[in-house]
Amino acid sequence: MANQTDIEKHETQELQRVERIRGGRTFVPSVDIVERDNELLLLADMPGVKPDDLDIRYEGGELAIHGKVQPRQESERTNFMLREYGVGDFYRVFQVGDSIDSSKIEAEVKDGVLTLHLPKTEQAVPRKIAVQTK
Amino acid sequence: MIVGGFPFANRFDELRREMDRVLDNFGTGRTRWPHARATVFPAMNVWDAGDTVCVEAEIPGVSKDDLEIFAVGKELTVKGMRPPMEGKLTYHRQERGTGEFTRVLTLPVEINADKIDAVLDNGVLTVILPKAEAAKRKQITVKTN
Repeated sequence: MANQTDIEKHETQELQRVERIRGGRTFVPSVDIVERDNELLLLADMPGVKPDDLDIRYEGGELAIHGKVQPRQESERTNFMLREYGVGDFYRVFQVGDSIDSSKIEAEVKDGVLTLHLPKTEQAVPRKIAVQTK
Repeated sequence: MIVGGFPFANRFDELRREMDRVLDNFGTGRTRWPHARATVFPAMNVWDAGDTVCVEAEIPGVSKDDLEIFAVGKELTVKGMRPPMEGKLTYHRQERGTGEFTRVLTLPVEINADKIDAVLDNGVLTVILPKAEAAKRKQITVKTN
């Protein structure tokens, strides 16, 4: 049920927490949040991000995902004919409730998509209750 | 800025208007990816790299096997599919689209379709299209007598 899983989005006010090594832009990645029996899955589109470029932190109920992206074109000198998107880091913060066992969070990146596994705590896993007949 | 009497002024103006019109025709054949926020998918960046034209698109989660790229004349087509997740799921938030997409780009220069290179790396597709010989800029040496 939705209200038991307790994940909410924390908006971009958190951008000042991002370490800015270069003066690049930071973007908010599109995200899917999916619930399965034993875990919550968070999928984030982060094209250009490799496993080494990922920084995932969990602190005080907040989960922050940060994907560092190397610039691919030199903006000033590139002769653009069409420019529909910018290239920069990805950053987003989420509130994670007690129903998640934060010590067991796992992350993987493939084809520019981050998949975060957020296992539910024992109590949060739905249990089938056997119905007895008398 | 057109200065009255300057002999080339009108011709450059004409050329600029022609270029604007051509660039406006970019990106025909748009297809919506269901549920995605952008109205065009994939978003593309195109730049002139001298002897080549480079087209870059962000297509995270699309594998090489689900991607088809081809060029006919001045049109580049990028077609692909991102499969939806399988199994018993409840979505609490869905911002990422899934399904098929097709985008056709009309380039403003002739290209050599036989020598196109495409690389897919971490969800970023880069297509390098060599310009046709006639479309390349030819440097002209000015001689003095």
